[in-house]
Amino acid sequence: MTEHIREQDGRLIVALDGDVDLNRAPEIRKFLLGGVARGLDVLVDLSGVSYIDSSGIASLVEALQEAGKKGIRLGLVAVSQDARKVFELARLDKVFAIHSDLDSALADGKGKPG
Amino acid sequence: MSGVTEEPICELRIPGLADRMSLVRVTLRSAAHHCGFDVSTTKDLVLAVSEACQNVVQHGYAGQDPGDIILSIARSADGVIIRVRDFAAPVDPAKIKPRDLTDVRPGGLGIHFIENLMDSAVFLPGADGIGNVLQMTKRINGVS
Repeated sequence: MTEHIREQDGRLIVALDGDVDLNRAPEIRKFLLGGVARGLDVLVDLSGVSYIDSSGIASLVEALQEAGKKGIRLGLVAVSQDARKVFELARLDKVFAIHSDLDSALADGKGKPG
Repeated sequence: MSGVTEEPICELRIPGLADRMSLVRVTLRSAAHHCGFDVSTTKDLVLAVSEACQNVVQHGYAGQDPGDIILSIARSADGVIIRVRDFAAPVDPAKIKPRDLTDVRPGGLGIHFIENLMDSAVFLPGADGIGNVLQMTKRINGVS
């Protein structure tokens, strides 16, 4: 269970993996809000997430809302099938921008103002 | 549950701590496999029951030293009966309701997950009036 963070094309890319649960949610929340605080658009790669529960979802929702307040974007990338089912169950699959892969996510913001 | 035959499968007693939730998931996966649930239904069951346990950690034992959680799993005629027992202050079942999902905000999804993924979920008083029992059922070919 690790988190990886890097910058690419002016975006902050955060990769989560393993189980995103109540035990890890506080750490992930801090991680995501720290990324948002840097003022860069954030892409959260969920391809390696095998399990996510309501506390993990809450961390992502909070980060999304903080990003919105700052006028930056937070999107999800390569959401695993297991994670996607939970987003759909929470009816959040239309709230987050979900990209099929990193390339399309990076291409999505090309040419945007600023 | 009068008249319903139950075969105990297993019981797990853990402190109500966040870092013990992985033990809940492992236990549930093993028990569901033992009872013949398919992989997809097992994942639903694991999520729902884990949410029940973490509600105890986050809300039942909030502001106090965590008590124990007892997870009991039994086979019924058509699936499983799962009970999550805590030793927290008694809850008023009428106040335990899923929130409006159109109000996008962090938290509050656990009850929604439980109600949507399990075939039934009902709060019962704990033995001797101490704590609570959330009793849930899942049929082998139930909701998914």
